[in-house]
Amino acid sequence: MSKYGDWEPVIGLEIHAQLLTKSKMFSSDSTSFGGGDNENVSPVTLGLPGALPVVNKKAVELSVKVGLALNCKIRHFSVFARKNYFYPDLPKGYQISQYDEPLAEEGFVEIYVDGQIKKIGITRAHMEEDAGKSTHHGDFTLINLNRAGVPLLEIVSEPDIASPAEAAEYARTIRRILRYLEVCDGNLEEGSMRCDCNVSVRKKGTQQFGTKVELKNLNSFRFVEKALEYEIERQIMVIESGEKVIQETRLYDSAKNRTHSMRSKEEAHDYRYFPDPDLLPVQISENWIQEIKSSLPELPIYRARRFQEEFKIPEYDAFVLTQEKDIADYFEEVAEQSGNPKAASNWVMVELLREIKESKKEISNVKIQPKQLAQLIKMIDSKQISGKIAKTVFAEMWERGQDPQFIVKEKGLVQISDPSSIEKMVEEVLSSSPQQVKQYREGKKKVFGYFVGQVMKATKGQANPELVNKILKEKLGD
Amino acid sequence: MELKKVAQLARLYLSEQEMEEFQKQMKSIFQYFEEIKDIDTKGIKPLVTPTPMEAFFREDEVIQTLSVEEVLQNAPEKSGHLFKVPPVV
Repeated sequence: MSKYGDWEPVIGLEIHAQLLTKSKMFSSDSTSFGGGDNENVSPVTLGLPGALPVVNKKAVELSVKVGLALNCKIRHFSVFARKNYFYPDLPKGYQISQYDEPLAEEGFVEIYVDGQIKKIGITRAHMEEDAGKSTHHGDFTLINLNRAGVPLLEIVSEPDIASPAEAAEYARTIRRILRYLEVCDGNLEEGSMRCDCNVSVRKKGTQQFGTKVELKNLNSFRFVEKALEYEIERQIMVIESGEKVIQETRLYDSAKNRTHSMRSKEEAHDYRYFPDPDLLPVQISENWIQEIKSSLPELPIYRARRFQEEFKIPEYDAFVLTQEKDIADYFEEVAEQSGNPKAASNWVMVELLREIKESKKEISNVKIQPKQLAQLIKMIDSKQISGKIAKTVFAEMWERGQDPQFIVKEKGLVQISDPSSIEKMVEEVLSSSPQQVKQYREGKKKVFGYFVGQVMKATKGQANPELVNKILKEKLGD
Repeated sequence: MELKKVAQLARLYLSEQEMEEFQKQMKSIFQYFEEIKDIDTKGIKPLVTPTPMEAFFREDEVIQTLSVEEVLQNAPEKSGHLFKVPPVV
């Protein structure tokens, strides 16, 4: 880690997650993404006089879920506050957020970096509403308020992150957890999950933090990493040339791979937070917390550990298979039903994930059921078909979703395990390749592969490869 | 001084005369707060709401209350179904 010489970066992330509710945080307008301009707008969203906000229960429930998954303390009594500022994307003149009494605090998340588990502290997670969308056109700005009031959970990490790669992995871990919990779809491109990074540098061994800079506009994990790389180098250069880092917000320009200063506001922010008198404090009973706790799924990092132990699959496989909950569920079912977790892991990781990636499908739309993939594995294990034929069967299953037994029967793909017919085939191959037989007998053992290939070709890959090997060796006098 | 900042944050434009008038009022308000500050509040929980009611939640249901036309009805300027406002960047 001597990449930065005597310097070390200190990084913390603020992640905004859009909660998967049907209606907004404080009003009943739809949160759907596809609505026409300003179609999902109510008097509350418009901030019309007399319109009052009412808290969406589901949004609170989803927030508590995340808080618990991040090992936070959940406040039984948490307060909504007004963050006052004028901007046309929030017509009320303030954003409803949480300030000194957030829903969740003092948690941590375990991330997997360089083959080790590292704990990153979670300072807090609080509920707030999103702002509308503005598009700028030079001498005017257009406003769409469909997004204004959509529930967000802001997750703030401790400055525990020590490198850009770690920051990206932290963000990925949070995304995985959010998706496992089914509270946020985690789409960075569409903005349903947003990552802002706070970064400063200091001399190694010092305790005091340097001046921090906030990075925005990072709509992929790769950009999180690259923007931080750039920014850390920039800050080190600034300090080494005798200047000072200015506390500011900088935007990342992915096309140029650099960060640039956002035009600073004429006056410093003064949000004048105060408890929103329109909303009662959110009271969350211990019973409710326990109820939500009992509904939490097993989280990816723990599931990966269990897969490693229970199924004896390699660490890397366990990690890949637990990235998404539905893939982990799929694998687990195949592993259990086939009784061969190792093969299940290979088929899911290699064949299935490749097809899913190429076809851009969701696993829920895949025609092959876990049970069917398990049957396919069993057919290989019981030597009904060879591994090679299985790939052909798999391709058919992917297209048509039929049982492997049916496809094997229909296509006549059953493995030839009858020694006498294989023997016949072997004899034919050997007698038609005298040249190669001679080479083999003169010690060129590599030719063996050629014979196997010929037999397989003659049987369209259906000959039992073990038997072919055995009989070939006998015939060649080994 | 303090008044000017408060007015600016609230986007209020005050005349000289109003400034003078409000300055006096603000001063007495601030004085009152100074008095309150002296009260010993040790052991008393901060009051967030004067009405100690159970929190009230709404079920997550979509109800459309306004049509787009109604939403835009009071807008001084619009473009299609979007609000048109002075440039903000």
